[in-house]
Amino acid sequence: MKRFLLSLLVVFLLLSSVAFGAETPKYGGTLIFGRGGDSVALDPANVTDGESTRVTEMIFEGLVGFKGETTDVIPVLATSWTVSKDGKVWTFKLRKGVKFHDGTPFNAEAVKFSFDRQFDKNHPYYKYGRWEYAEFALEPLQKVEIVDDYTVRFTLKYPFSPFLANLAMFCCAIVSPTAVKKYEADFFKNPVGTGPFKFVEWTQKDKIVLEANSDYWGGRPYLDKLIFRVIPDNSVRWLELQRGSIDAMDGINPDDIPAIKNDPNVVFYQVPALNICYLSMNTEKKPFDNVLVRRAINYAINKKAIVDAFYGGIGIVAKNPIPPNMMGYNDKVKDYEYNPEKAKELLAKAGYPNGFETTLWTPSIPRVYVPQPTKVAEAIQADLAKVGIRAKIVTYDWGTYLQKTREGEHDMAVFGWGSDNGDPDNTIYVLLDKDNAKKGVASNISFYKNDRLHDILIKAQQATSVSARKRLYEAAQEIIKSDAPWVTLAHTSAVAATRKYVKNFTVPAIGAIKFTKVWLDK
Amino acid sequence: MYRYILRRLLIMIPVIIGVSAVVFFLIRSIPGDPALILLGEHSSEEAVAKIREQLGLDKPKIVQFFYFLLNVAKGDFGRSFTTNEFVVIEIAKHFPATIELTVCSMIFGSIVGLVLGVTAATYRNSIIDYLTTVISVTGISMPVFWLGLMAIILFSIKLPIFPISGRLDPTITFSGRTGLIILDSLLQGNFAVFKDAIHHIFLPALCLGTIPLASIARMTRSSMLEVLNQDFIRTAKAKGLPSRKVIYTHALRNALIPVVTVMGLQFGSLLGGAVLTETIFAWPGIGRLSVEAIDARNYPVIQGCIIFFAFIFVIINLLVDILYAFIDPRIRYE
Repeated sequence: MKRFLLSLLVVFLLLSSVAFGAETPKYGGTLIFGRGGDSVALDPANVTDGESTRVTEMIFEGLVGFKGETTDVIPVLATSWTVSKDGKVWTFKLRKGVKFHDGTPFNAEAVKFSFDRQFDKNHPYYKYGRWEYAEFALEPLQKVEIVDDYTVRFTLKYPFSPFLANLAMFCCAIVSPTAVKKYEADFFKNPVGTGPFKFVEWTQKDKIVLEANSDYWGGRPYLDKLIFRVIPDNSVRWLELQRGSIDAMDGINPDDIPAIKNDPNVVFYQVPALNICYLSMNTEKKPFDNVLVRRAINYAINKKAIVDAFYGGIGIVAKNPIPPNMMGYNDKVKDYEYNPEKAKELLAKAGYPNGFETTLWTPSIPRVYVPQPTKVAEAIQADLAKVGIRAKIVTYDWGTYLQKTREGEHDMAVFGWGSDNGDPDNTIYVLLDKDNAKKGVASNISFYKNDRLHDILIKAQQATSVSARKRLYEAAQEIIKSDAPWVTLAHTSAVAATRKYVKNFTVPAIGAIKFTKVWLDK
Repeated sequence: MYRYILRRLLIMIPVIIGVSAVVFFLIRSIPGDPALILLGEHSSEEAVAKIREQLGLDKPKIVQFFYFLLNVAKGDFGRSFTTNEFVVIEIAKHFPATIELTVCSMIFGSIVGLVLGVTAATYRNSIIDYLTTVISVTGISMPVFWLGLMAIILFSIKLPIFPISGRLDPTITFSGRTGLIILDSLLQGNFAVFKDAIHHIFLPALCLGTIPLASIARMTRSSMLEVLNQDFIRTAKAKGLPSRKVIYTHALRNALIPVVTVMGLQFGSLLGGAVLTETIFAWPGIGRLSVEAIDARNYPVIQGCIIFFAFIFVIINLLVDILYAFIDPRIRYE
């Protein structure tokens, strides 16, 4: 009997320890998130910067969203959808019983309103915004129609597969029509959505305070309050986290990463992001019109050394324009290895046995994809010098840089891109198709034009099956590697750090950090 | 006197119009398209064209300038290109933080600077004199961002006495009439907020205060030395006045004119925002507003800020001139 009781006790203890080990989430508490810049505005359709969208994505939701750390599209305010055979008509069934923070019911009318105000020039609320992203995300959209209270139909001008991914972007979030009508031009500072957090207050350049939406359809978030605090200096923000006066942060100096990883009170998060840093060669200028020269430069640059030295452990060497975690990535592509001898050989073959003089442009400020642009440019300069190419480093402030590269004034330029919607079209077509190589407005700043690639990319936009699209993008990457308009340099990770007691924190590859399931163990 | 003030205020009008014109055309001549910066790497041709049109940038510059003057005359500085907020509101939201910081650093810098300067001059070539020189040279040459970081590491991390950054604990919700948290909390009798605000402003004010401190100490010292050699001081000493009275009443008052000029200039430039201090201490002031506006080529905000700064400078110069008459009754304005 005694033995039986004892074993019972052991079983009980074991079971209870398992239960405690699973860590039941606790409700309550305030999380303070430290970041480098303030939001510009809080109208999801009227912003372009990550500091704004990270807040709007807590207040607003779209019909669909991205799943966790992937680019898979999942239902959010829509429950299901169907696509017509010709790929032009998309019908969405909407979630029932959802209310905006101001009590307005969510329905087909709200969906139509949210889209119409962005792309219908005759809509009464069109005049209150700039709708920067509508040009991109809603370009294929012809009209939005209400089928019934909980069914909406989108008709496209032409079949466009990435449209679903576009709908998951921040700008396609659904807004409360009541609030937009009430606040008009001031909706950007009085945001009302259906999301897990409600807007409370905004002190410019200081903080934005959100509180839990207790009626959230997906279940109330664990946190009571979520505060986004602006602390512009990276080192100061890290000091705040060390002291515990903030609970989480991003925007980390690569130099601080080892210290963060060693701090027992802090957890470091790193997730490969969907971006690319590349060295663009202006194919309209001599000698970069010669593919042999472009290949020679690819052989001349020691990418691994650059990534190891200047990316603080958050970068990987890039082989293709799209990162390995994106749909359609072609791992079979063979990259140009670091081989200065071969580079010299190709240069001689191209008629430049003694190299040449050129310019190498680089951004003056760190970007997500290149934390130390000047140092990267200097390393490239040194590598090029070894094969006889004498490159002068040129830099301008960011606004000027964007403008001048777009106009094609550069010979070579360090540049990059972060994916908007996780679809390969949004990287390869935008940056390497001939459609986007028009001087003054180019996003293809290599002015690289290949008709065969263009055909493939258009086919990939219209194909509806994922496997067909994958094959097309794989072929595209082979062509790009061979034509070598770029030196693909690096992909970086999104990084963040929290105090140890912050639980369920994840950094997504695309979009904003979600705080719905985050809780505090303290 | 009143006539003088009125005349000075009237002169302000052409000054402001001149500044507006210079700023207007100067910022538009720097390369960098606001629409492009707004959209970053991701801008398409259509989007850029649409935004240029919405911002009114597609019209000729001279037409834009005409509209701008017309609106400014009505008190409308336009809306920010980025946030779409009225420029006047943007400035009104950021300025109180700057005033608060400036006033506190000026109080600190002026008191310490004056005392140091006077002491140095009185005990010329003594240890105190050399020390003052060292302090003022360090104060002028030390970069504020370095000083700020060192102050944070020392007084917020090693000895956790002060908060690291910000104006107020982020969990506190507080709003007042003037936006000056220290004043508002006192008016409302909210001493918890008052204490927290003082606690937060201490380090940034100390660091920023080293800039005026250094120039005030140097100016006080040299001006005092000049006065101390004059005949009336010898007379005052000869008639047996206590040296404290000689120095602080007779000498200092006569030495004050150039010092007040320096104070006025320092006050004016600090009110223009101390970008580095504001950045290090996450202080939401007008310095950060204007620098971020320049980076974004946010023309309306840049124009608004610069015109506002010009206005403040003119007003402060006027106040300094009026102050001269109080310090030295021989000065008369006709």
